[in-house]
Amino acid sequence: MQRTRIISGLASGLLFGAGLAIAGMTNPNKVLNFLDLSGAWDPSLALVMIGAIPVSAFAFRLARRRRRPWFDESFVLPDTTRLEASLVIGSALFGLGWGLGGYCPGPAIASLGHPGPGLIGFLIAMLLGLLVVAPMARKLFTRAALAKLDAEAPLER
Amino acid sequence: MIAVPTTFTPVSALLGGVLIGAAVLLLYHAMGRIAGISGMVAAGLRAATPGPERSWRLAFLLGLIGGPLIATAILRAPLIQPSPTSAPMLIVAGLAVGLGTGLANGCTSGHGICGVSRLSIRSLVATATFMACGFIAATVLRHLLGV
Repeated sequence: MQRTRIISGLASGLLFGAGLAIAGMTNPNKVLNFLDLSGAWDPSLALVMIGAIPVSAFAFRLARRRRRPWFDESFVLPDTTRLEASLVIGSALFGLGWGLGGYCPGPAIASLGHPGPGLIGFLIAMLLGLLVVAPMARKLFTRAALAKLDAEAPLER
Repeated sequence: MIAVPTTFTPVSALLGGVLIGAAVLLLYHAMGRIAGISGMVAAGLRAATPGPERSWRLAFLLGLIGGPLIATAILRAPLIQPSPTSAPMLIVAGLAVGLGTGLANGCTSGHGICGVSRLSIRSLVATATFMACGFIAATVLRHLLGV
């Protein structure tokens, strides 16, 4: 079972990586020329989304007919519906970083086969942000949310 | 130079997008999980993740690196290119991308593809936000900073 799970992960990763590369997304210039509206605009990135989203929507719809996935106990979908500050602030920060370097996490990792000093610097900083700084910042957001709750209903807590 | 000129490649962009969708389909039907790269990296590398939950994620990330190399070999095209942004600015960008996707619990794949295709309100808000900020950074900020 464990071996099958690893092979599934590997196969999906290979498809994802090949898709990114064929789509031109491992070339940050194409991403920047999509996000930069002032120059010669390259709309390719929009076509990548238009190709990926319907297939992905079909995948989730198809899975509704089954009780569990092939090699795991259950389907796991994010079930939160709250729009908290960290979602919006985090996405804004991510967008700024994306538009500066032309890398989001997938294409940055997918480019590791031909690394340069810039990519390595980006990835080390990204891991630091994701694994060290984000958990610390999340604690601050939680503390602020609790303080707000305390201020609103001090007697109940 | 702000960015190297590129040409609009609608057919390969669509084809690549369909392959990414196929990867989402495979991962969801096999493991029941969403193919969100930032979440996969976080769960794959965090010390607290138990072994069986870690290994298939690391295998996915290995495939993510191998896929472009196979595509490059088959198509004989230089598909992987460096960013035109300077190395110091790429470190700043990397920190913002890591912290941002960590706080938002997702990036272009988890929110932009998987979440949008499920019409998740959170993901629609996240995607609209990072697209808008991406446009601002590339159209205004990069030119002001001269990166």
